[in-house]
Amino acid sequence: MKIHEYQARELFASFGINVPRGKVAYTPEEVRDIAAEYGAPVMVKSQVHVGGRGKAGGIKHCPDTKSAYDNAQNILGMDIKGLTVKKVLVTEAVDIAHKSYVGIIIDRAAKKPVIMVSAEGGIDIEEVAAKTPEKIHKWHVDPLVGLRMFEARNLATKIYANPKTAAAAAKIIMQLYDCFINSDTSLVEINPLVTTPAGEVIAIDAKINIDDNGLYRHRDLEELREVEASEQSENEARQMGLSFVGLEGNIGCVVNGAGLAMATMDLVKHHGGQPANFLDIGGSSNPEKVVTAMRIILRDPGVKAILFNIFGGITRCDDVATGIVRAVEEFKPSVPIVVRLTGTNEEEAKKILANSQLQSADTMVGVVTRAIELAGLN
Amino acid sequence: MGILVDKKTRVVVQGITGRDGSFHTRQMKEYGTNIVAGVTPGKGGSGFEGIPIFDSVAEAVKKTRANTSILFVPVAFAVDAIYEAADAGIELIVCITEGVPTNDMLQVYDYLKRRGVRLIGPNSPGIIHPGVTKVGIMPGQIHKKGDIGVVSRSGTLTYEVVYNLTIRDLGQSTCIGIGGDPIIGTNFIDCLERFEADPKTKGIVMIGEIGGTDEEEAALYIKKYVTKPVVAFIAGRTAPPGKRMGHAGAIISGGTGTAAEKVKALNTVGIPVAVSPAEIADLMYKKLKAVKTQKKKTAAKPARKKSVTRKSTKKKSIAKKAVAKKSTAKKSAARKIAAKKTTTGKRAVKKKTTKKTVAGKSATRKSTASKSTTRTSKTGTKARK
Repeated sequence: MKIHEYQARELFASFGINVPRGKVAYTPEEVRDIAAEYGAPVMVKSQVHVGGRGKAGGIKHCPDTKSAYDNAQNILGMDIKGLTVKKVLVTEAVDIAHKSYVGIIIDRAAKKPVIMVSAEGGIDIEEVAAKTPEKIHKWHVDPLVGLRMFEARNLATKIYANPKTAAAAAKIIMQLYDCFINSDTSLVEINPLVTTPAGEVIAIDAKINIDDNGLYRHRDLEELREVEASEQSENEARQMGLSFVGLEGNIGCVVNGAGLAMATMDLVKHHGGQPANFLDIGGSSNPEKVVTAMRIILRDPGVKAILFNIFGGITRCDDVATGIVRAVEEFKPSVPIVVRLTGTNEEEAKKILANSQLQSADTMVGVVTRAIELAGLN
Repeated sequence: MGILVDKKTRVVVQGITGRDGSFHTRQMKEYGTNIVAGVTPGKGGSGFEGIPIFDSVAEAVKKTRANTSILFVPVAFAVDAIYEAADAGIELIVCITEGVPTNDMLQVYDYLKRRGVRLIGPNSPGIIHPGVTKVGIMPGQIHKKGDIGVVSRSGTLTYEVVYNLTIRDLGQSTCIGIGGDPIIGTNFIDCLERFEADPKTKGIVMIGEIGGTDEEEAALYIKKYVTKPVVAFIAGRTAPPGKRMGHAGAIISGGTGTAAEKVKALNTVGIPVAVSPAEIADLMYKKLKAVKTQKKKTAAKPARKKSVTRKSTKKKSIAKKAVAKKSTAKKSAARKIAAKKTTTGKRAVKKKTTKKTVAGKSATRKSTASKSTTRTSKTGTKARK
């Protein structure tokens, strides 16, 4: 789960990380008032769940309240990579002597958290990694022991020559690791971490991704979830215990299990169709889940046929069949539906579907090719 | 023989009285699994259909000599339950529970590794040795005793693959679902080295998906150390980047973890990748046939593996400090063979020793041979289309 910069910086601050004063605003008037309160100059920063805001013109340095107002007017409502800016963060502008980078992610291959620091901050770190990997210093942390002060110090001295600055940065690295572990994040990033001419070290940007699996013990973080307009269906599915990802395609797919769902999509593509979605109805599926699945898929006007590929294990085929019958009664879909049910309670399922007018198939390839055929794609 | 579980497997079910726990305990029992105990804190002294229930895993182990645990506990208690099993002396832990926080798993992984305890999962459907024992939630009836080893990051997709193998008369030696999370206790390489060492296994099916680089690492490992035919399947060729596809681990992030990269890595080392689960059986038959022809040609070569196994067992105590119980020793024997062969490279195998042995050399030689046969089989597939 992604959270906004203004939310991330608050979380940083709660772990003691030095951040400039800032407030979130929704109108140019609010921005002007905050600028007046802090005393210019200020930064006005668009708050959207996407990178590259600066390049898109969504981050502006404003020398006075008038320019803060004008810039806010431009930025609010702006489109950045398909997302509309609805709010901005206004912070005090900081005098910058130097910019560096600090980030922590999980290294899946090493099975350890890895801290990355670079003396070249403020720009696209992936670009630095690709072009000049030697400028990024990495350190794997023993997850059972946690990060120790000397490790943070060693990292900090790699990017700061001044011992005082290095000590301040080491403290921030410790606090950042604390935040990384205790907030169940999958990524924390300060880009840039800046040094002021006076020698102060400040995090003027904040990025955090939360591990969805950890949210059950962070109710406060779950509340930060913000659903983009394009993700309404995904959100509705999640609330029903389904896993859904919308795509641009013509074959709606209802499958149990993530791997099988992906394999089904791939097979649709292989046979000349385009999967309209990823949808995993999960194990222990009750009929209501199937109804929700159908509701979401039928909303997409691009869908020309829907296929069900169910391999019953924990999922019982008769539950799915009941759900299909219920959904067909409720929505009376005009697009053809092809059903393949194998495994637990398959016979009962077939009886339930016997009176419906639905097409059926015995195999995975069968259901896919039949759906494509009925969609009129070949 | 099969790998990791056999008829000596004595199972304790953690969370036996829950909805999923009780249902699958019944299913496993029906399949013939030797379930010796259940654990639900607070319900010690009672029983479940003739299976004694204990308050703690330690007590269950003491009273019933359970050596394997399967977990059905809710996610908030799963990590604790894993630690409890490990501390109680359980050698193999199968975690069915889905949704364990990744940062917790980093610690669990390290802890178990230091203690020499093996974990399958989390978010795993379990492991089955067809006709012998089932420690998992997969439908038993779709499996068939045989000599194909199956290892997969998925659940239902594995059932689909296994079902297709069974109807094509390719029975299985062991099928393992290693789980769909980013950090899992047992990875492809752990299973590949055991399948390679298992005399019962003749061919290996590896089912991967988008996210991470485990498939790429497995490909390099296979090139170096696996002489048996391997056929792969990769799910998620049509998955968009940046979106989690159901499994926590199935996400293309920062441009890495795509299906295309994985397919390429596997193809490069001569492993055919099927486009559908149904095609896997075809590819496996071709590979097995190619091996047969190859074997006839090289029939004169003596097998030298056994002596090496003995040698490596001797050095075991130096190689690893883990508390070596009898069956752990047996398990690690296979690991040691592979360890001996390791020379350089990948983290996953790096921590073991570096000495190259006779077996290592001959394995490399053999894998070069099997590479050329693969090329033939790949062309065969194309011709068929």
